[in-house]
Amino acid sequence: MSAPAAGIVRDDADRPLRALWREFARSRSAVFALGVCVLLVLLAVCAPLVAPQNPYDLTAIDLFDSRLKPGSSSASGMIYWLGTDGQGRDMFSAMLYGLRLSLLVGVLSGVIAIGVGVALGLIAAYAGGRIDALIMRIVDFMLGFPTILVALMLLAILGQGVDKVIFALIVVQWAYFARAVRGSALVERNKEYVEAARSLRLGNARIVFGHILPNCLPPVIVIGTVQIAHAISTEATLSFLGLGLPITEPSLGLLIANGFSYLLSGLYWISVFPGLLLLITIFSLNVVGDRLRDVLNPRNRK
Amino acid sequence: MSSDQPILETRGLSKQFARRPDLAERIAAVFGAAFDARSVRAVDDVSLSVSRGEVLGLVGESGCGKSTLGRMIAGILPPSSGDILYNGSDIRTHAVPGTAPADLAVQMVFQDPMSSLNPRKRVLDIIGEAPRVHGIVSAADSDQYVAELLHQVGLDASYRRRYPHQFSGGQRQRINIARALAVKPAFLVCDEAVAALDVSIQAQVLNLFMDLREAFDLTYLFISHDLGVVEHLSDRVAIMYLGRIVETAPTDALYRDPNHPYTRALLQEVPRVGAGRRRFTPVKGEIPSPLNPPAGCHFHPRCPQATARCRNEAPALREIAPQRFSACHLNTDS
Amino acid sequence: MPDNLLVIEDLHTHFDTPQGVIKAVDGVDLEVGGGEILGLVGESGSGKSITGFSILGLLDAPGRVARGSIRFKGEELVGASPERLRTIRGREIAMIFQDPMMTLNPVLRIDTQMIEAIRAHESLSEKAARTRCAEALERVGIPSPEERLNAYPHQFSGGMRQRVAIAIALLHRPALVIADEPTTALDVTIQAQIIHEVQLLCAQAGTAMIWITHDLAIVDSLADRIAVMYGGRIVENGPAADVIASPSHPYTRGLLDSVPSRNRRGSRLAQIPGMTPSPLNLPAGCAFQPRCSRATEACTAPPPPREFGDGHSVRCMHPLEQAA
Repeated sequence: MSAPAAGIVRDDADRPLRALWREFARSRSAVFALGVCVLLVLLAVCAPLVAPQNPYDLTAIDLFDSRLKPGSSSASGMIYWLGTDGQGRDMFSAMLYGLRLSLLVGVLSGVIAIGVGVALGLIAAYAGGRIDALIMRIVDFMLGFPTILVALMLLAILGQGVDKVIFALIVVQWAYFARAVRGSALVERNKEYVEAARSLRLGNARIVFGHILPNCLPPVIVIGTVQIAHAISTEATLSFLGLGLPITEPSLGLLIANGFSYLLSGLYWISVFPGLLLLITIFSLNVVGDRLRDVLNPRNRK
Repeated sequence: MSSDQPILETRGLSKQFARRPDLAERIAAVFGAAFDARSVRAVDDVSLSVSRGEVLGLVGESGCGKSTLGRMIAGILPPSSGDILYNGSDIRTHAVPGTAPADLAVQMVFQDPMSSLNPRKRVLDIIGEAPRVHGIVSAADSDQYVAELLHQVGLDASYRRRYPHQFSGGQRQRINIARALAVKPAFLVCDEAVAALDVSIQAQVLNLFMDLREAFDLTYLFISHDLGVVEHLSDRVAIMYLGRIVETAPTDALYRDPNHPYTRALLQEVPRVGAGRRRFTPVKGEIPSPLNPPAGCHFHPRCPQATARCRNEAPALREIAPQRFSACHLNTDS
Repeated sequence: MPDNLLVIEDLHTHFDTPQGVIKAVDGVDLEVGGGEILGLVGESGSGKSITGFSILGLLDAPGRVARGSIRFKGEELVGASPERLRTIRGREIAMIFQDPMMTLNPVLRIDTQMIEAIRAHESLSEKAARTRCAEALERVGIPSPEERLNAYPHQFSGGMRQRVAIAIALLHRPALVIADEPTTALDVTIQAQIIHEVQLLCAQAGTAMIWITHDLAIVDSLADRIAVMYGGRIVENGPAADVIASPSHPYTRGLLDSVPSRNRRGSRLAQIPGMTPSPLNLPAGCAFQPRCSRATEACTAPPPPREFGDGHSVRCMHPLEQAA
């Protein structure tokens, strides 16, 4: 038998974000992972400032410097901390720019997919009936296919390019959010506070987006963080397979792909370092997402 | 507008919940399969009227349809058939554009203090949103408006920055009431508004209802299963059983001299404080499922005085004395 | 005093939470005689349900009995081994919960569950056990018991389910039944039926009962004795008729006066101001003191029990006058 209701008023109970942070921060590994994520984002955003070389600037690259070991220096005295790749690009710079692109694609597609999925899920739950059935059948259809397969097919049709990759990733992701939100929204729709809003004659859009949506967010936040990680890895896979981003704008996945052929020759750094960075990114995002899920679990509240 | 026109009236109000065929069943129907359309008559031809300023108590047990009736009156649930008239005109047609819609005049106070407040909104928003949206108060004045409302329901105005989970059950009910009052209603439907509260808190909230009635000249439809509470608060009482009104009378008359056998059973069998140790002789049988109500008078399987006529013919609600109505054949049989 | 079946002395049940120690039960003394019906009355947060769970050792962590003694037929239950408690539960002391689905497993048929309950304590053939079950269902007023044994819980209405739960509780003819708000969730007419059946059964079998509720009307019509709980403590204890007719503790008085039927119709109800205290933060001395109109300085010390004749006792510095 659980503890009796204490009816206590916690001092930061009326600052929900602060209470959320306190709970989250109880896990040191989660805080560390969050720190890593923040660092990665900062590095990506500030890549032009941090990177010693612009890997897309063909004049800055010297073909003579290709395939140099980590720690070697160039003719001009710049140290290639992580070595160079087949074209003579500084790995460190290439990785930073690659991270930037990977994060951009992952986050942007994730955010837009959330927007589309949440909106459709809410509409399906609130409208019910045929609209619900229609939207959910489309969702079922989308979820029936493996993500990679659909993305591959779309990119084969659309061709290469950052915008096309983002579009493909949105198409394969929105269905997860729609389903999650619809489940939550269905539960919330029958609660008395929604009936109260209807009694007060507040418009449908206001009720759906202003009243129901805030209560459906926890699963969205959790799935969102994990999905962004998944989007990043999907993009990497697509690039690795040759579809997706063009060679002139390498993401981490493409860097890994480019370096793959050199692995067996012992030139490990061209693939492994971008691979590690990708791994760290995805791993940190997942840890943060897991912790958020535990913290936002309604059964753990109060 | 005559002064004795009831503020709210329902005429032949009914609500049916029918299961609509899904795609598979519709396909089957094309091939001639019969569709089992199980429908529930949650509210069956209810005609009630409430005078301005009075408290009408509505009593019944589970499945009687009182909550459904309340929700139809408050405009949350559309009726299947029948009319709801507010001040003589159909509640669904709006008033003069520019004024608050007529249907804001009927508001509802809900039962469950937990789920009736949006856990993600501050009290300020919960109470203040509707009046702002409907133009009753400007955005600049809304803070002060909410503070005053909180004061009127007995809560400290500083609580408006808080979230629902920081309050106790009784306090949440007060917020519930303040939210309904914020749009300046004339009529409140209280759906088991004190059922979830402890006895001592219930007393506080009931007193609040009585004070507010005076202060704001309100009319109440007070839905409850608790006969003691209804007796205390109501001027008139209506008893519902399985979707139908079986008796209506002024409170004193009903409690002193109930007419319908169901009312009699309810009043006799409810434990009352001060009555002392006693042997219970309860009415037999289970409450029938609304999916499968008995034919004729819904109460006949449990009625100690049921006759053959009761099994076949549903009794109409008839006036048996001034202001008193009852739906029982025993009143008409010689 | 008749030979007491259950004697609880100075029971303290605590819950250790990150916010502090919740003293759900804070010094409870209770006695139940054989065949007696005790009504344990209190509002939410008073600790009445936790008292019931403590008797049977049904507390989950972080709850524990911090100190005190619970003696059943002379045997100490606090600190008893889990095996001993398991033997006692169901056989000697049974419990009925507010939600019958706490007793009934939704995926098992009724006969499966009941037969299992019988065979847990007695070795009987399946056929004999089934006959016992049918008899038990008949005794609680379930029509066509033989057929109903084959049904699942969801095929019963709420009132029926509660009856089945009561039948299971009475299978082994326990000496004591603890009923935690068994009729709160039921309709009025069904509630009356259940109370009627319970009355009969207890009278027939001589079973003692602790009926935990917040509804004074039920205890008035059912119980021999009433104990009123507030803030984890028993504030008043005595014969039902006495406690209702002339309550001694201001809280009992306040509770009784809050009931609508005790007030003139249409008048303002006498209300107890304020709210129940948080169990994390009970006031020193008398827990009711912040809300009591009779409170004085003396009330900050824990009030000693005072006895009036006839086993009516109260914990209050300023008890109300007893009617002559």
